[in-house]
Amino acid sequence: MAGSGTAALRDGDVVLRIEDLVVDYPLDDGQVLRAVDHVSFDVRRGETVSIVGESGCGKSTTARAILQLPPPDGGSVQLDGGEITALSKSGTRAMRQRMQMVFQNPIASLNPRRRVRDIVGEGLAIRSGKRLTDAEKARVDETLDAVGLDPESAGERRPHEFSGGQCQRISIARALVMDPEVLVCDEPVSALDVSVQAQILNLIEDMKDRYALTILFISHDLSVVKNVSDRVVVMYLGKICEIGPVDAVFHSPAHPYTRILIDSMPEVDPDSRAELIPGDVPSPLNPPSGCRFRTRCPRADERCREEAPVIRAFEPDHFVACHHVGVPVSLGPASAQV
Amino acid sequence: MEPTPLLDVVDQTVDLVTGDQTIQPVRSVSFQLRRGETFGIVGESGSGKSMLAKSLMHILPDNARVAAGSSVRYDGRRVDELPSREARHFWGTKMAMVFQDPMTTLNPVRTIGAQMTDPLRYHLKLSRSAARERAADLLARVGLSEPKRRLGQHPHELSGGMRQRVVIAMALSCDPELVIADEPTTALDVTVQRQILDLLADLRAERDLAMVLISHDLGLVSRHTDRVAVMYAGRFVEHAASAAVFAGEGHPYTAALLDSMPRFDAPSHTRLRSIEGRPPDLRALPAGCSFAPRCRYADDRCRQERPRLLPVGPGHDVACHRTEEAAAGAGTVLALGRDDPHELSIEQEVG
Repeated sequence: MAGSGTAALRDGDVVLRIEDLVVDYPLDDGQVLRAVDHVSFDVRRGETVSIVGESGCGKSTTARAILQLPPPDGGSVQLDGGEITALSKSGTRAMRQRMQMVFQNPIASLNPRRRVRDIVGEGLAIRSGKRLTDAEKARVDETLDAVGLDPESAGERRPHEFSGGQCQRISIARALVMDPEVLVCDEPVSALDVSVQAQILNLIEDMKDRYALTILFISHDLSVVKNVSDRVVVMYLGKICEIGPVDAVFHSPAHPYTRILIDSMPEVDPDSRAELIPGDVPSPLNPPSGCRFRTRCPRADERCREEAPVIRAFEPDHFVACHHVGVPVSLGPASAQV
Repeated sequence: MEPTPLLDVVDQTVDLVTGDQTIQPVRSVSFQLRRGETFGIVGESGSGKSMLAKSLMHILPDNARVAAGSSVRYDGRRVDELPSREARHFWGTKMAMVFQDPMTTLNPVRTIGAQMTDPLRYHLKLSRSAARERAADLLARVGLSEPKRRLGQHPHELSGGMRQRVVIAMALSCDPELVIADEPTTALDVTVQRQILDLLADLRAERDLAMVLISHDLGLVSRHTDRVAVMYAGRFVEHAASAAVFAGEGHPYTAALLDSMPRFDAPSHTRLRSIEGRPPDLRALPAGCSFAPRCRYADDRCRQERPRLLPVGPGHDVACHRTEEAAAGAGTVLALGRDDPHELSIEQEVG
């Protein structure tokens, strides 16, 4: 699965184009941990693209590098055709208004000492460098209303007076008030209970229509990803395994890792599962040679050890980085029954 | 005659002092568990499921205690009346617990071996070398490679999945008959989660272990238990065979929870049915049914009179006036009012 290569990049109305993205973390002892290794994908206008994978696969790091938080160590990120990896300070500030983010922990991502109206209006105040105008204040209230909070009663309160789900609504309002083109959601519902999770997922869908958003969604939860996405990117150990329409990828996964992720879901009948090679994800400091998934892959052979696979088309619009694709992936009698 | 249940919990209630108020995070919970049986408890945060587990393990926080009138019998004997010498070797041996987060369960500054041999030496009076031998065997049994070397390692040297295996090995170390697992896989990745659940299932079969599996994840619990109770605001609101609970035709809260779960077999962008509002404040519970303010079937009776947990079918108890009325009449109110969850499913090809 060492999926490098740019075969999955498309033409058309592409809002975000990420090519050969690399993120390195230097460690104290002089080693370098490559968290994201030549990742390429794109997001079309109005699309929701999700990145899914287990912890340490680089999905959040990829999202942050796209937002230049911090800028990546290699590769290119284009927003509406303009390169954003080497912008000046003011250019970065202008770019950030067009790409807003919602974080995983709704309570920790809000300043506990500020009132909700100030939290939501802060981006507008920073943009103008002045106090909010009446029109901007009206926009704050309108956005609070749009996410389902009453501006009059909620606006003057502070985050600790709200539940996790309501704090996530505030975070979404804070992002939307800037009228962004792209909303990046990093595990926005992982910290929420299932009943509240449904409210927030529905809200994100509603806001996408109302504000004409393009969404990059990060999650480890396949069911959540299935619900919100048009397209999905599956990552493992810093590289892409598979990219394609979410229904196609989850219905007929091309990559063995995608199949194993699906079969690991607790809902799937334990008797109808594909075989997983036991063990944990290897250390990203010392990734396996060749395909990074080979140490856990039931189909790995000599070629996988020696040669890193490159992403290529598996069927139209559906791309995979695996030497063994071409033969349809059937690792066992498994199917994604729930 | 029915054999004596391994665990018999009757009217378990926990009082928790917060500030100047006493609230009850667990209210009149009753259930029985037979040897070898797996019982699931499902609920959202604040429902009282973890507090219930802690009360059974006698590890409640300082500001909480089991209320008078509660009783827990283990193999027919009240656990709060065990002679102190016996009690000392009861929790952690006969009844053991697996916690959610292996990083906080394990002591970060002691080796795995030191932590594993403590209970073996204290409870089973093993010698140092015999305890190490047994600890290594246990680590091998839960699937850790190089068990001898692991004994000398510290928790931070192991991955999350390996740490949870150590925690499970520790829970099994004194041959318990009952294991309480509180969100044992929530902190783990999905492929590792599956390995841990498979391990627990194997161990259960191998040792005829009874298990209480606590989770917020209905899908997980329904797959891995014989019976399930659904908890809401401190009470069991439904209690039945796992498949019956998962069918969603019992309590409206269970049905609403099932409806609000994104389904992997539904097409993308399927609108989710969320439950409006949020769980009640335990300091100010509604007079009638705790779920009534969020329930779309609630009527005046629900708002005034608290429903009791009553049978609506064989081995299926539900605390809901409306379900009970419907069961007494014909069919279920939920089956009529609720979308069939299966109508969304798409055919999955067999690989």
